Amino acid sequence: MSDTTKKAFTGADAASWAMKQINPDVVAAYPMTPQTAIVQNFARYVADGLVDTEYVTAESEHSVMSATIGAVAAGGRAMTATSSAGLALMAEMVGVASGLRLPMVMAVANRALSAPINIHGDHSDVYLVKDLGWIQVFSEDPQEVYENMIMAVRISEHPDIQLPVEVNQDGFITSHAVERVDVLEDATVQEFVGQKKLDKYLLDLEHPVTIGPLELQDYYFETQKQRNDAMFKAMEVIPQIEAEFSKITGKIYGWLEEYRMDDAEVAIVVMSSTAGTAKGVVDAMREQGKKVGLIKPRYIRPFPADALVASLKKVKRAAVMDRAISFGAEGGALFNELSSAMYQRDGQTHMQSILFGLGGRDITPADIEGIFQGLLDGDEQLIKYVGVRE
Amino acid sequence: MSPLKTAREIPIGGMIVEPGNSLNYHTGSWASKQPRLDIAKCTGCAFCMNYCPDDCIKSGQVDGQFRATGIKYEYCKGCGVCVAVCKFDALKME
Ligand code: SF4
Ligand code: SF4
Repeated sequence: MSDTTKKAFTGADAASWAMKQINPDVVAAYPMTPQTAIVQNFARYVADGLVDTEYVTAESEHSVMSATIGAVAAGGRAMTATSSAGLALMAEMVGVASGLRLPMVMAVANRALSAPINIHGDHSDVYLVKDLGWIQVFSEDPQEVYENMIMAVRISEHPDIQLPVEVNQDGFITSHAVERVDVLEDATVQEFVGQKKLDKYLLDLEHPVTIGPLELQDYYFETQKQRNDAMFKAMEVIPQIEAEFSKITGKIYGWLEEYRMDDAEVAIVVMSSTAGTAKGVVDAMREQGKKVGLIKPRYIRPFPADALVASLKKVKRAAVMDRAISFGAEGGALFNELSSAMYQRDGQTHMQSILFGLGGRDITPADIEGIFQGLLDGDEQLIKYVGVRE
Repeated sequence: MSPLKTAREIPIGGMIVEPGNSLNYHTGSWASKQPRLDIAKCTGCAFCMNYCPDDCIKSGQVDGQFRATGIKYEYCKGCGVCVAVCKFDALKME
């Protein structure tokens, strides 16, 4: 295990500190609450000469992603960050980045989409882009943000993957709350991320290439199949990179984190900061002898169906919590994918969809206890709103 | 057209790694009509050559004079721009 230093960091600080240690060639940015703190910190590192990065202040997120794409296509290592409306505005170029197979890392402080306008945390922004070919990893707390950011560079640039990675954290709840973060030495991070090595890029004058040409009925489909194949290749490669990083941090990562699942009868599945709240509830209910457990998915793209279903099959009933509504769908997006994966694997776990926390609405330990109690009592309601005044 | 390759065979992300391979792409197959040149009427003004978006008008010397000499039909997509700009009725869509 490598030496660490303790820092009092918000999730935004953790993301920008990782970016400083990675020291990318280019960062393009536009301020968007609550992500702004990330690129504001990073701008200070640039001004103070602590990084060698070319910092591009663009006039919109569409241009931010375009500039990042340009930098990576040229052969550089580039990063950015955004939230909510910014992610929605850049959505066209988000799909271009993965379609052109350009590795990059984007920190996203998840925030509700308009309208009505709202600056607080939910997952409607990331759900909007989850099918655009980016690897999507979620962080419970600033420590996990920091570690996911560093691993994301290697995952993204792996020659068998070459896909961009979005590192999600809950807006404000994680991005602006201070916690202790153990940070690695700069040299340790530098050694882990290494030099970017792609065999084809625009500024390789000896081997000229064209990036981004037209493909019609003859080749477009093949190129999309390749992009999907790369996602499934990531299923093999991500555990290898995590295992390598584990040697440095001494921690275990994985597709999901199980909390007190061994003899659990019911479980909640929830991502990001709410998993932290739920762990406290699990402990309190276990004290009362109630066999409850938690599954925290870390990735939703690629979708670790085998790992999630294997974990879910340990319990009789589960509630899958989505912090966004897929309007008109029968339950939340994560619930639906998990239900489908469960059915395909002949699982019998009874599943319930919980919609919660929109626009930063508090999700309290009492709310989560209520969900667990409902599962224990055999609540048959398929879709349940938690925390809304109905 | 060369035979179509599989997802395993092509470079990722639609990248082109052989410069100039648009020569293999015969846009002439898009055309429903293509221009016919009447060299006798051509004055060699070169309007068609400069306006053709696909550089499809061949030129050369005819009896010691500079003239349009033909159309590269395998690339001419039949847009009709050359016909529209020719002031001497030397090009017609057919
Ligand atoms: S029809 Fe269009 S493409 Fe064809 S020769 Fe004329 S200008 Fe060029
Ligand atoms: S525009 Fe007409 S006259 Fe002029 S070069 Fe072309 S064919 Fe000849």
